[in-house]
Amino acid sequence: MMKELVEIIARSLVDHPDDVTVKEHQQDNTLVLTLSVHESDMGKVIGKQGRIASAIRSVLYASASHHHKRVRLDIGE
Amino acid sequence: MKTVKVSGKTIADAIDEALRLLGTDSKENVEYTVLEEPSKGFLGFIGAKQALIEASLKPDPTEEAFLFLRNVIEAMNVEAAVEVRENGKEVEFLLSGEDIGVLIGKRGKTLDSLQYLVNLAANRQSDRYTHIVLDAENYRARRQEALVQLAHRLAEKAKRIGGEVTLEPMNARERKIIHAALQNKEGVQTHSNGAEPRRHVVITPKR
Repeated sequence: MMKELVEIIARSLVDHPDDVTVKEHQQDNTLVLTLSVHESDMGKVIGKQGRIASAIRSVLYASASHHHKRVRLDIGE
Repeated sequence: MKTVKVSGKTIADAIDEALRLLGTDSKENVEYTVLEEPSKGFLGFIGAKQALIEASLKPDPTEEAFLFLRNVIEAMNVEAAVEVRENGKEVEFLLSGEDIGVLIGKRGKTLDSLQYLVNLAANRQSDRYTHIVLDAENYRARRQEALVQLAHRLAEKAKRIGGEVTLEPMNARERKIIHAALQNKEGVQTHSNGAEPRRHVVITPKR
């Protein structure tokens, strides 16, 4: 569910939606999501001074805390 | 997405026909690719070829934004309805429902983040910028009122203690509300200090 949320947001922002993948793994009590996009789309999910990344995170954390879950989002290539 | 293939004597003719088929009157609303360039051929008729283009309607920013927001709310697993209000160039999405607090967040942080992402999604494929305002149960107006009251209260405090009063960090829109509220207030002046995202308003008494 958290994974889908990140996928939906990222796919709507990038030029290559088919290259969006989100991997998930559990680390202690935190769900760690790793978002990867096409290398030319990195700026579209990070933004100036990380503004887009931080907006994605705040929406994700809002949903997670509503469902009493802990989640972290990493962005890689 | 509806796509049409149209031929015509010239590319311009083919585009005109494509606009008619797609039911729009502005070239701005469609995107097209030329599949075959027209050629006059030998003596104007032997081997003459018509232009062939493929055209489709560009997605409407408001519609894109609406679908995006619906999908995000659903994936967040939150109960909320979205009402679209279009007023000339201004587009407002009004959220309501049981879990609205989740979508607003602490001091509107989630609402601002959603609004930022909705605008990015809306305008990704569009040349003209459509600005969409997200509001939830009148949050924006209530927050503005609260900020104006806070501004006046802290201005009085600055005068009383005869020293500067520092507000908590706020985004540009909220700082502007504070500055505007105290612009004509006797005995104080305001300025902003610090770097984003910790930029904040400082109220100082006038000597």
